This record gives sequence, C-alpha cells and structure tokens, in this order.
Amino acid sequence: MRGGSGMSLMVSVGASREGWPMISVERLTKTYGGFRAVDDVTFTCRPGAVTGFLGPNGAGKTTTMRVIAGLTPATSGDATIAGAHYRDIPNPGTQVGVLLDASAQHAGRTGREVLTMGALTMGLPRQRVDEMLELVSLSRSESRRRVRNYSLGMRQRLGIAHALLGDPRILILDEPANGLDPAGIHWMRGLLRDYASDGGTVLLSSHLLHEVEVIADELVVIGQGRIVAQGTKAELLKAAGTFVKADDVTALGAALEAAGIVDAVPSGDGGLRTEAEPRAVGHAAAAAGVPLLELRTADGAGLEEMFLQLTAETQRDDLTAGAAA
Amino acid sequence: MNATPPTTTSSTVTAAPTSVAYETIDTSRPGIPMSRLVKVELRKLVNTRAGLWLVLAIGIVSALITTGMLIWANDEDLTFGNMFGLMNIPTGFLLPVLAILLVTSEWGQRTGLVTFTLEPRRSRVVVAKLITALVAAVGAVLVALGFGAVGTLLAGAIHGGPAGDWSMTVAGLTNAVMLQFFALLTGFAFGMLIRNSAAAIVLYFVIPTIWSILAEVIPWVREHLQTWADFSHAQQPFQSGEWATGTQWAHLAVSGTIWLIIPLAVGIWRLLRSEVK
Repeated sequence: MRGGSGMSLMVSVGASREGWPMISVERLTKTYGGFRAVDDVTFTCRPGAVTGFLGPNGAGKTTTMRVIAGLTPATSGDATIAGAHYRDIPNPGTQVGVLLDASAQHAGRTGREVLTMGALTMGLPRQRVDEMLELVSLSRSESRRRVRNYSLGMRQRLGIAHALLGDPRILILDEPANGLDPAGIHWMRGLLRDYASDGGTVLLSSHLLHEVEVIADELVVIGQGRIVAQGTKAELLKAAGTFVKADDVTALGAALEAAGIVDAVPSGDGGLRTEAEPRAVGHAAAAAGVPLLELRTADGAGLEEMFLQLTAETQRDDLTAGAAA
Repeated sequence: MNATPPTTTSSTVTAAPTSVAYETIDTSRPGIPMSRLVKVELRKLVNTRAGLWLVLAIGIVSALITTGMLIWANDEDLTFGNMFGLMNIPTGFLLPVLAILLVTSEWGQRTGLVTFTLEPRRSRVVVAKLITALVAAVGAVLVALGFGAVGTLLAGAIHGGPAGDWSMTVAGLTNAVMLQFFALLTGFAFGMLIRNSAAAIVLYFVIPTIWSILAEVIPWVREHLQTWADFSHAQQPFQSGEWATGTQWAHLAVSGTIWLIIPLAVGIWRLLRSEVK
C-alpha cells in the first residue's frame, strides 16, 4: 500500500486510455541529505488531457517538475518526455513549454524583452512575441513595463506566454494559477482545455484543490513526497462514500458503530463520512432513532478530505501559519 | 481495498485515434547554434539598466579622459600610447564587473531557470557567456583605441610639436589587451565560483588590497609568496610598453592558475553538476 494515509484512491491510469504517455515519471526519488523530497513517484501524462499535480506546499511537486525539466538531477528513478530525457531534446523550448517560477525573471527587464530574448534563443520570428502578448492579454503598454512593476498575476501571464512561445506540444507549468483572480483561472482553463483538445499534453501543479478541479482532467495527488492518489477527476470524485449529518454527532457515530459501520470519520460541517452506502447509513440511524439532517453520497468529499488531511499533516509543525492562511 | 480493478481493455483492436495526430518529441532537430546563444548573451549585457550604464560608462569615461587630457595634459604627454594606456585603467575596473554580472545575474535574478531550460546543455551557455565577455573586452579595447586616435589627431592639430605622437610598441598594445582579458576572465571566474554579484565584486577588488597589506606587514609573504601567488602583483610588469621577462611570465602563469584557472574550473564543474535554483 502506498501513501500511508488512511485513505486510498488509487485508480489505474494511463495505458488503458487513449494515447501513449507523453510525460513519464518512473520510480523517481530525490533526497537532500536525509530528507526525501520525492519518494518513489510514478505517474504519466497523456496527450489530450490536462493532468493536475496536486499537493500541499512542500509535497515535492516543484522538485518533480524540476527533475523532468533537467534542472535537478534525480537521486534514483527516471523522468522522460516521449521517451527522451529533457537535456537530449534539441532547442527544447520549441517542443516543451516550461514555467517553473513566474517570478524568476530579471526585475529590470520589460515583459516584452523577456519574450524577445526567448524568441531570439529559440530562433522564432519577432511577431511571435506580439502574438503571445495578445494571447495572454498583456497590453502594449504593460508589455513595456519592467517586470518589477508586474503583479503576480501579470507575471504568471508572462510566464505562460513564455512557455507557449515556441509552440510546444507539451506544457509543464508549476503553480500557474497562483496569483490569478477567478476570471484569470477561468481564462487559463479555457486556454489549456483548447490546448489539450488539440492533442497537447499539459502537466500543471497546484496546492489548491479547487484550482485543479476547475482546470484538470486527470489528477495526481502527492503528499510528503509520495503519490497518494491518481486517476481521472471523475474516478477520484466518484470514489467517495457517504456523507451524513445529525444534530447529535456522537449519537450518530454510536448508531453507525452499532450497525457495524466502523470507518466513519468526522468530516467538514460537523458531519461524518464513511465508505458505507447511504442506504446502510440511513437504516443504521433510523434503527437507533437518530434524526438526520443530511444523507448523501459524498461527491468529491473523499478527495477533499484526503487533501485536507495531507495539508494538516504537513502543517502540523506550523499551526499558526495554517490558521492564518 | 476500494480501489477499482483495472479496466479490462477489449482485445479487439479499436481504430487508433485518427481525429488528432499526437506528435512526439523530435530529437533530430537542429539545436540552438552558438551564434544565437552569444547574440542573446550580448543582449543581456545591455537590456538591464545596470548593464546598459556599465557599457555606456566605458564609452563616457573614455571620452572624458580624452577631453581632460587635451585640456590639461602637457604637450609631450599627449601621445597615442599615453591616451590609450590611461583609458585602459577605468575599463579595467568596469569590464570585470560586467563579466561578474553576466554570470551572477542568472542566480541573483534567477533567470538561470529560463536560460538553462531553453538550453539544457549548460556548458554551451558557459561558452556563450565567455565569448560574450571576450567580445565585450575587444569592444572596450577598440573604444579605447578609437578615442585615443581621435585624441591624438586633435592634440596634433591643436598643440603641434611633441603632442600627437603616434608611436606605440607592439608589446604595449599586446600587454594592454592581455591585461584587459585577464581582468575580465578573473571577474568571470569569480562570478562562476561565487554566484553572488555583491560578494563576487567585493572579493574581486578586495583581494589585491589584502595581498598588498599582507606583503607590507609580513616580510616573509613579500619575499616568498607574493611574487608567485598574487595575480595583480604578477600583472604589474605588463603595464608597460616593454616585453616581460621569462620569470615574470612564470609568475603570471602560476598566480593566474591560482586566481583564474582554478576558480573558473571549479565554477564550471559546479554549474554542470548542481541544481539550477
């Protein structure tokens, strides 16, 4: 069993669905001293889909993506793009678009200059810069401002423009929605959806479940360096069990236990979540005479629950920061 | 476990998706030619405010020196060799800073993330930066020669007599160009090794001072160590129009290995192996 957290949402991914894997991470491990930042991680991204790489801050998402892009050497395991190592791809910007940190730009250069340098490196015509600026809705005057004066959202747009500059068929984006407003996230969803339906492959990371839910088709969930769940969004959201709520949660819990439902755990909103069927839960509550407020299949709650648990585990040392967030 | 069993794929061969043609990675495409990498690096020299002013400063200071000499210098000092030599002094300070920033800005501003993603063969980026730095040095020497020539012409026209003398030895020109290259390459090496603009610049300028203080205070250092291990001390004989002696060349080679070759080699070795943050 992988993951080690109480829940398991492993769903087979990749090979059986259409398209062969474009990005393939196999048993990847990266250690820093005694710390395992990435621990035996395996997943694939297929063309035609947006794969969301979800996990709390510090879970190993960035390190994994940096290994894919050849910036960080792996301790063991492998990461390949259509069978090739990133460093062996000639003029890689024209085949793989990478955005690892939107703020990693010289603060004194203008947005237009950043793209111009990229176009020059990749050997692209200059008009490509204007096309990309238009695509990400950076105006002429904004493009002539220095990056130091950009908001995080503008830097993300610039970073996405840079990743798309060489018209690659594969995108690797680390936290691209970070700093975007809801309209911006909606825009990115449309952009990446179109890109994927044209046969493109997208791997994007996020530490926010709702961001990934909005944008991605498939999910890879990582916590403390290990993959804890992966599959299509539909599969992961389906495998969720039952959510039940009563005025008296203690009595409800006792009622479920009496009926042999022992896996109930507290969920958000003062209810309980269990893998049992809603029918069994309803009968158990009725038998014990516990009035219910809510009884339904816990759509997506399983994923949310697991993600909250992951986040709580990583933030245990830092409760004040967690509370403030 | 509640994991769904793997979906059994039907054994009948379904038609491969024909609507969308999935491309794959093409590893036979031409890579990025060195000329393009150098062009981008040259652009980086001047597309930030600090870089642009540094480059402009070389021209401005040279112009000021020419003007100043024409106004205040004695007639017999208004020679081509003197003007060229004098202009090399500020350039010798500015070029190493230029080289340091060319390297360290990739870390300080974290642009290395993009640079080494677009060209993952890192050694090629290092070579491009080296070529760029050398192009800058040649450019600086040409600027000094140009302003020196204009100054000499003007001096001859205005003052006449001993002013406007064109004589300059081959040794003088060679020495001057060589010293500029050494200054620049040492800056480059310090940048590669230290990766921090401020620290690299400070160390570059402080180390010669530390040497002269040590040599002043400790006679043993002055007599046994300085001649072989102080790079700037070893360069002093080359600040002339005469060819240096064999011993002086040996001093230059040994101290240059310590302060230029070794830091450069270690810096490159680290860059090729380490993470780009």
